[in-house]
Amino acid sequence: MSILVYAEHNNAVLDKVTLSALAAAQQIGGDIDVLVAGKDCGAVAEEIAKAEGVGKVLLADNDAYAHQLGENVADLVAELAGDYSHVLAAATSVGKNFMPRVAAQLDVAQISDILGVESEDTFRRPIYAGNAIATVQSSDATRVITVRGTSFDPASGEGGSASVENIDIARDAGISSFVNEELAQSDRPDLGAAEIVISGGRAMGNGENFEILYRVADKLGAAVGASRAAVDAGFVPNDMQVGQTGKIVAPQLYMAVGISGAIQHLAGMKDSKVIVAINKDEEAPIFQVADYGLVADLFDAVPELEKHL
Amino acid sequence: MKVLVPIKRVIDYNVKVRVKADNSGVDLANVKMAMNPFCEIAVEEAVRLKEQGVASEIVAVTVGEKAAQEQLRTAMALGADRSILIETDQETESLEVAKALKAIVDREEPGLVILGKQAIDDDNNQTGQMLAALAGMPQGTFASEVNVEEGKVKVTREIDGGLQTLELNMPAVVTTDLRLNEPRYASLPNIMKAKKKQLDTLTPDELGVDFAPRVQTLKVEPPPEREAGITVESVEELVDKLKNEAKVL
Ligand SMILES: Cc1cc2nc3c(=O)[nH]c(=O)nc-3n(C[C@H](O)[C@H](O)[C@H](O)COP(=O)(O)OP(=O)(O)OC[C@H]3O[C@@H](n4cnc5c(N)ncnc54)[C@H](O)[C@@H]3O)c2cc1C
Ligand SMILES: Nc1ncnc2c1ncn2[C@@H]1O[C@H](COP(=O)(O)O)[C@@H](O)[C@H]1O
Repeated sequence: MSILVYAEHNNAVLDKVTLSALAAAQQIGGDIDVLVAGKDCGAVAEEIAKAEGVGKVLLADNDAYAHQLGENVADLVAELAGDYSHVLAAATSVGKNFMPRVAAQLDVAQISDILGVESEDTFRRPIYAGNAIATVQSSDATRVITVRGTSFDPASGEGGSASVENIDIARDAGISSFVNEELAQSDRPDLGAAEIVISGGRAMGNGENFEILYRVADKLGAAVGASRAAVDAGFVPNDMQVGQTGKIVAPQLYMAVGISGAIQHLAGMKDSKVIVAINKDEEAPIFQVADYGLVADLFDAVPELEKHL
Repeated sequence: MKVLVPIKRVIDYNVKVRVKADNSGVDLANVKMAMNPFCEIAVEEAVRLKEQGVASEIVAVTVGEKAAQEQLRTAMALGADRSILIETDQETESLEVAKALKAIVDREEPGLVILGKQAIDDDNNQTGQMLAALAGMPQGTFASEVNVEEGKVKVTREIDGGLQTLELNMPAVVTTDLRLNEPRYASLPNIMKAKKKQLDTLTPDELGVDFAPRVQTLKVEPPPEREAGITVESVEELVDKLKNEAKVL
């Protein structure tokens, strides 16, 4: 078996979720190559070359891949895929965007968002917002797979010394172009990587009130998330949404503040090690998954929590 | 410009699903079914484009069992002009659906295809991207804003780090995210009118697509249950438990 893992990065640094995709590849077993596609992204290739278990790093450094345009990246990956039995990428907004195109170009299915590897052709994945776990077996020659980062302990980023090979394939489909990007700036840890996440829901009332969560987060080195209701209401940006159709998190500690616990929200945080819920309604469904529930008004409880830390 | 809107009939998002005792799947008997919420957003976007005079005709299409006519009627009550059922009793896979949709794209030649980003049953998030690849079209996935301007469409996308705007040549594929719009409800007169709108039925055979499954579901299990926790009486007690019992602070 030979596996191609697609590296996630911003042209400067490797996104650690790549190490989780690498871990999934190691569980499948076989030779593992990593593809770094981007522009001026040589440092990323050097970084992933040091990861454990990487055979070879393929570096496609070209304007066409600068913004990870799905059309261009898919053409590149589909062209390389012929040499591999599996193609893996993390189930991020980049991976989810281009990988199905790769699958369609290869005329194979995509197995989305796997949680577990049973064998080279059999995988576990969540369906129905994680209310059921399906074990699926693929009969395709090339398996195109996206990997849920929180379900695989990252492979070590140290100990390897893979070679970096430049590949001179420029695929510019010429049908889409990048206009601009508004990226959230935050000094807090990334939602996906944080050990502690504190999330606010509709009950926060407005964006300013999130300040009380930020203060707690800053004391704990935590990331701040939100429910869909809080994002839809414009309290906070979309990249903070946790849930079935937002980000999946599985920190050591997840605190849900003024969040009712709809299944779509639970789908994104239910695998956290310890869950705390602060809600003034003792009947709120979030209490059914919480290890520690506090029935209280958040506007009293959160400032008090900050004081006790 | 014609807009094609593929929609899927799925379990209603409020229903708590149960896994069947024999682990063969989830129990769909007597369960409320509905249009996939992201498809409602897709229909709404198409209707708004028509209201703005950008779109001239909206065609809704679904691949599935006969009962999915119900969701096509809903789409027409919301503003689709006509609809197509590609009828099959088999469980469909995204690649097959994308192939069937590609055949419809070839027939209808839409300027835009608007799909949901994800069906909330299989949570695949792939059909739109597959269709785009098969049809050689660009894609604007996870859209929170769509603007059509002179043969191009600008799509703002919800990405992990924030928002990204792309410009796509048309025809193009767009998949909807939650913030694109807030779907309207169908009015009673429109529900009545939808009953008279055109609904064509085709088979995969007639479209020349082969529904050969690639992925076999071996079993479906409930997720691990979380043990019920405890209620703490005060913030102080909470902090104490987190420090000394759970040891996460
Ligand atoms: C297709 C689809 C996808 C979705 N995807 C997601 C997703 O990815 N993520 C997600 O989160 N949701 C998602 N949802 C939405 C989900 O169904 C819920 O509507 C949403 O999670 C509710 O957010 P909430 O808990 O903040 O708001 P509410 O349900 O309104 O809950 C607010 C809670 O705050 C409590 N409260 C009020 N005031 C106070 C106070 N002063 N102090 C303490 N507690 C208080 C209330 O008791 C209540 O429990 C999705 C829905 C659909 C249909
Ligand atoms: N059987 C189907 N018929 C028509 N459209 C579908 C079907 N399955 C999926 N789609 C479309 O593809 C989107 C994404 O679905 P999925 O890739 O299955 O998560 C849905 O929101 C629909 O717009």
